[in-house]
Amino acid sequence: MSKTLIRGAKVLGGEPQDVLIDGATVERVGTGIEAGDATVIEAHGQILLPGLVDLHTHLREPGREDSETVLTGTRAAASGGYTAVFAMANTFPVADTAGVVEQVYRLGKESGYCDVQPIGAVTVGLEGKKLAELGAMHESAAGVTVFSDDGKCVDDAVMMRRALEYVKAFGGVIAQHAQEPRLTEGAQMNEGIVSAELGLGGWPAVAEESIIARDVLLAEHVGSRVHICHLSTAGSVEIVRWAKSRGIDVTAEVTPHHLLLTDELVRSYNPVYKVNPPLRTERDVMALREALADGTIDIVATDHAPHPHEDKDCEWAAAAMGMVGLETALSVVQQTMVETGLLDWAGVADRMSFKPAVIGGAKGHGRPVSAGEPANLTLVDPAYRGAVDPAGFASRSRNTPYEGRELPGRVTHTFLRGRATVVDGKLA
Amino acid sequence: MMRHLISAADLTRDEAVLILDTAEEMARVADRPIKKLPALRGRTVCNLFFEDSTRTRISFEAAEKRLSADVINFAAKGSSVSKGESLKDTAQTLEAMGVDAVVIRHGASGAPYRLANSGWIDAPVINAGDGTHQHPTQALLDAFTMRRRLVGRDAGLGQDLAGRRITIVGDVLHSRVARSNVDLLHTLGAEVTLVAPPTLVPVGVETWPCEVSYDLDSTLTKSDAVMMLRVQRERMNAAFFPTEREYSRRYGLDGERMARMPEHAVVMHPGPMVRGMEITAEVADSPRCTVIEQVANGVSIRMAVLYLLLGGNESDAPTTNTRTEEK
Ligand SMILES: [Zn+2]
Repeated sequence: MSKTLIRGAKVLGGEPQDVLIDGATVERVGTGIEAGDATVIEAHGQILLPGLVDLHTHLREPGREDSETVLTGTRAAASGGYTAVFAMANTFPVADTAGVVEQVYRLGKESGYCDVQPIGAVTVGLEGKKLAELGAMHESAAGVTVFSDDGKCVDDAVMMRRALEYVKAFGGVIAQHAQEPRLTEGAQMNEGIVSAELGLGGWPAVAEESIIARDVLLAEHVGSRVHICHLSTAGSVEIVRWAKSRGIDVTAEVTPHHLLLTDELVRSYNPVYKVNPPLRTERDVMALREALADGTIDIVATDHAPHPHEDKDCEWAAAAMGMVGLETALSVVQQTMVETGLLDWAGVADRMSFKPAVIGGAKGHGRPVSAGEPANLTLVDPAYRGAVDPAGFASRSRNTPYEGRELPGRVTHTFLRGRATVVDGKLA
Repeated sequence: MMRHLISAADLTRDEAVLILDTAEEMARVADRPIKKLPALRGRTVCNLFFEDSTRTRISFEAAEKRLSADVINFAAKGSSVSKGESLKDTAQTLEAMGVDAVVIRHGASGAPYRLANSGWIDAPVINAGDGTHQHPTQALLDAFTMRRRLVGRDAGLGQDLAGRRITIVGDVLHSRVARSNVDLLHTLGAEVTLVAPPTLVPVGVETWPCEVSYDLDSTLTKSDAVMMLRVQRERMNAAFFPTEREYSRRYGLDGERMARMPEHAVVMHPGPMVRGMEITAEVADSPRCTVIEQVANGVSIRMAVLYLLLGGNESDAPTTNTRTEEK
């Protein structure tokens, strides 16, 4: 079996240690480990994290292979330090049957860059009318436990209640895209000062908050668990905080872009900033950072949403919503959370690996860096500084809001069960 | 002078006054037996209309022809916004054909800004109305009309609207005219009050340089001009207000309300007027109503904007400055 010795890396940001990987497993963690016949990686000054886990990725396959495929998406994920991603169900066809989720699962296995755990649709065709075969998807080879109509809100209260109840049978979770549809008809950006000036249709914070409030109450009533996707407002934070204090089984995610960017950027009318939920205000951004730091928001999830150039190189109203995020997520978190002192690297490991793996039930991921554990690992050079160049992305799409922006940190190595998928910052 | 005219907010006070003064000169052309200047001879202007507006298109076309420009009308009617590529493609086609300026009307807010700032084309872009964002030449022609009526045709040259009180009434939420006017009138020193039911005032209006009132009657007696906006009946079905009658009762301008305005105050409307709900026939037909003048002034303003943005032709320049010097 091949062996790798990572020498002198700060495990979860702690004291430098040596980590010996043997095959797919971490064999030893300690100091002064002899290299023997192992390949040695000198990692002084670098941070060793458990492989990152993204609970919210759009891989676009099947159906929109011009934007991304499972292969290109998982290569992007590996580049960003991820060893597992959850693939959203809004593909063509929609991942609402055992057949489609098994196909995505199999493509992930074949890619070899990153484990792909499909998310199943809550309702048939994401149409909100009829429950999809949640049990069949769970029992399929893909073993689906997370269900979401992401892209659309399960806005019918009865449908949401039934879904929450139904998945209790096998420990599933409903991940809600919280967007009251009537309040967001024609919505183009955050409703507020900037939308008033630009004359773009407003997406009010209350459209998110009202659904979250309803869903935590439903989860409490039926004794199930609910996960809130890409929470984006200060008000949403307050509701989740209240729900947790009441003992309701709710978890929440925030995207890197909502931790960094504000709706002021929309003044450029550049559709690269068009995303759903929309970029909010400075006040919201600060509230989200605080909430991620204090654990009210459990995890960071990318909402990686690749779109081809022509879907963004047009007027704002015509542009597709979404931005890519897998390859820049860790850098944004370093800038907004670590360098601001809000979170240490152990906290980053918690929010980007341990907790998302727990919420999604990703086996073998989000495990401690210790002997006997699967060698799913990410090595980061936090001292690196450089401007983002989308030309170097592994993702098939380039719709990043960070082009030319300097972001800190770089993933130098990623290991998936002991096999290097990224070496010296390049895909292996 | 700026390169493009996208938003009334982009104009400085001096730029705005220059446009109004230039428009006065252009207006004199209309009084001549041959209503044409050679200023843009040999230049090609394209009217790129993604959204129907015969009035605005004809106004620009008249302005372009009076300046002797060659005119291309491109109506992209029915080209759906979902095929967003069409804007870029169309723009690049026009560029390749050697168009010197693009007048664009688009249903999507920000489309003219994108056209001007995305590197798709080099020609100056004039916004002829985009979504619910801006309609800067409308605001300029409104300010021009006000200056003529409130300050005077010749006395107005070089002047702004400092201290004048303007009330804008109606569907502010969906109105690019209201947005443009608030920006420009503020720049010109006027005090603006928006009057509308709260449902038709945008969230975020508090940062605009104006007052907001829900009560028309309390603002009438101190207004130098009252500008009525178009209110679409469909808004009623979307519950922005309960009934047409209730809207009229609270926000419509009738003879009785007009009588409470100061003697000199004027009534304005961007047209086309729907008589009844927002304005009664009595008001629309009164000499205080400037709707017809606004149409005529629109041509002069658009001539001025085209002339200034395209730099004209030195030798063909109208007598802009001589006129002021004579005074
Ligand atoms: Zn979503």
